[in-house]
Amino acid sequence: MTAPPTSATPTSSYLIQGAQPYGEEPQDLLILDARIAAVGDQASAEAQRLATEEGLEVTRIDAAGLIILPGMVDLHTHLREPGREDAETVETGSRAAAKGGFTAVHAMANSSPVADTAGVVEQVHRLGRASGWTEVYPVGAVTVGLAGEKLAELGAMAESSAKVRMFSDDGMCVHNPVLMRRALEYVKTVDGFIAQHAQEPLLTEGAQMNEGDVSAVLGLSGWPAVAEESIIARDVLLAQHVGSRLHICHVSTAGSVEIIRWAKQRGIDVTAEVTPHHLLLTDELVRGYDPVYKVNPPLRTSADVEALRAGLADGTIDVIGTDHAPHPTQAKECEWSSAAMGMTGLETALSVVMETMISTGLMSWRRFAEVTSITPARIYRHAEQGRPLQPGEPANLILVDPRATQTVDPQAHASKGRNSPFSGMTLPGSVRATFLHGHPVVLEGELNTPLTDRQVPA
Amino acid sequence: MRHLLSTADLSHAQALSILDTAEEMAAVSTREVKKLPTLRGRTVVNLFFEDSTRTRISFEAAAKRLSADVMNFSAKGSSVSKGESLKDTVQTLEAIGADAIVMRHWASGAAAQLAASNWTDCAVINAGDGTHEHPTQALLDALTLRRGWAAARSEDPRGMDLTGMRVLIVGDILHSRVARSNIWLLRTLGADVGLVAPATLLPVGVEKWPVSVYYSLDEALGSGPDSGPDAIMMLRVQAERMGGAYFPTAAEYTRRWGLTDERLRRLESHRGAAGQKPMILHPGPMNRGVEISAAAADSPMNQVLDQVSHGVSVRMAVLHLLLSSSERNPV
Repeated sequence: MTAPPTSATPTSSYLIQGAQPYGEEPQDLLILDARIAAVGDQASAEAQRLATEEGLEVTRIDAAGLIILPGMVDLHTHLREPGREDAETVETGSRAAAKGGFTAVHAMANSSPVADTAGVVEQVHRLGRASGWTEVYPVGAVTVGLAGEKLAELGAMAESSAKVRMFSDDGMCVHNPVLMRRALEYVKTVDGFIAQHAQEPLLTEGAQMNEGDVSAVLGLSGWPAVAEESIIARDVLLAQHVGSRLHICHVSTAGSVEIIRWAKQRGIDVTAEVTPHHLLLTDELVRGYDPVYKVNPPLRTSADVEALRAGLADGTIDVIGTDHAPHPTQAKECEWSSAAMGMTGLETALSVVMETMISTGLMSWRRFAEVTSITPARIYRHAEQGRPLQPGEPANLILVDPRATQTVDPQAHASKGRNSPFSGMTLPGSVRATFLHGHPVVLEGELNTPLTDRQVPA
Repeated sequence: MRHLLSTADLSHAQALSILDTAEEMAAVSTREVKKLPTLRGRTVVNLFFEDSTRTRISFEAAAKRLSADVMNFSAKGSSVSKGESLKDTVQTLEAIGADAIVMRHWASGAAAQLAASNWTDCAVINAGDGTHEHPTQALLDALTLRRGWAAARSEDPRGMDLTGMRVLIVGDILHSRVARSNIWLLRTLGADVGLVAPATLLPVGVEKWPVSVYYSLDEALGSGPDSGPDAIMMLRVQAERMGGAYFPTAAEYTRRWGLTDERLRRLESHRGAAGQKPMILHPGPMNRGVEISAAAADSPMNQVLDQVSHGVSVRMAVLHLLLSSSERNPV
């Protein structure tokens, strides 16, 4: 159990009434001291008892018509701090995460300095704890400076107060096959895993967009699907050979889905992620040369989108990762080939996944909970995230209004990034509340207060 | 028509309108006083982010013959080289009172971005954007082809399109803005287009384009005297492609895809439907001895200098049509 609340924090209790767990039969759910205390009929009875016998104030939340889910867990977030605080900070990115329904995010290592030492990962972890809007888990770089030449001190990062288990050079591919093999082997010693950004660098030199019919007409250098697929094929074989755990970031092509399906059938310990934007958008959008659609990996074709959706539905793809990549305005308000790659995604992820997977009938809310929470938490081996909605489990929860629709307005986002490719689109679903360890960091769809009473590790 | 960004945007009627207007402009260029008052008081800015003296002076001559004020803005040695953004540069030009921006840019899509932005109300003319398009080059090529096509028939070119004409485009299609603009425009005008290139210099997906594709120039040139092309357009081989493994050596390129003396002799024996010899076009500058032999460069079939003079006429037509139809009032 968690430590008893400090004297500075009053004991808090919430009775969530009539919410539908995983979109199924409505039930009450009682939160007490960061945990789920009771579910169903017992919840209201226990709330009654707490109020009358222990004089505790129990806040009632009418959640009729809302869906209750475990808080979302994003294995792929760029928080930009340290180094690019003009683009995002841990604080603003954490706010965006909370609003988007994430109770945990994993901050990629491509900050400045790169998160390739214990010092940097501890800094990011500490900033996350201080922010208190979501759990922030830093990802450690695989190689020093993301340069792909020399292993970073993975052990030191694992043993640091940040307890890093996930290592990635995301943004760059660990393209050297020997180094990748060693990295896969070495992380076994810290019970970690490698998250690979699959992009063969020589096949994508100067690449600007998906190579295909659209790039041919636009005269933009092509980014062939094979540059992703060849690395995935190599790495699943390496993972099999050394018996290690491999996670594939942002799978974007139909061919990648096929290779991962094959690898899983062979029993290889590989997991895969897809971004919300790759589930919805295609390279046709590039025709106007608006850099808001420039992203790595690039937007692909509608056939790829279909294959990604099918792969996510059938379990070939395990998780949603947002690849939330905020950029300052000037990085996108320029020539396409000069523009930065990346899109914001934390505050639109739920709606886009709902639009593409649930509204289409491809997926249930239970499967939604798996791909956005349960499985990413399992991949990282988090004890307090992605847990069942049952008594005794941590109260990392969200309430979702499935009937709401909203028109995406990046100006209204909590992220500093305004580079949302969904700007102006009307999408279903809305995060009404986010509970982080029992504390409502989001209520009524708006930021409430952060969880700041926790001991921040030195 | 508010901007000229891509020949893919041009309808058949718009393309003919530009070409027919260019014929009128060509007449001006042969007069002793080569000037029209059409754009008096209007300002045209040549905004060049990439060196191209030929294209710049062609646009400059065109604007001046229409009595426009012309400003040349070269990105080299300007604020742009100190890191100024395209947005700030263009807003500066807008504040100076430009009515049209003729832009050459190294980035594909830069002209389209400018036209779609709210940075300026100027008419935007794409004078070549990266490896995307170069619409005025295609228009001047079409004007050249149409004149030759009409002359062989002793007809007035005005109002004609290129239906039935067979045009080969030879060389680096993948990186060529000239090729892309030509393909779309020639197809709109009814010509049959054949592309000839090593597979490395053709874009992925080219098989879906409305063209024939040949890896062999000899095959594309046809076997009989009346089976060849009506025109052959040789693209410049950029030196930087040679080291990129697009083809083994310049010598091999020349042997397989160059307009050599031998292939020139085959072309000379071709006769079109009206008995005419094929036309040879090149957007310039030519690499003599690489994609085109000296004899082919100097051949009377070669239209290169006509292309240059047609460039001025076409650019006059485009400026005239864009600026005299715009609602923006002169300062």
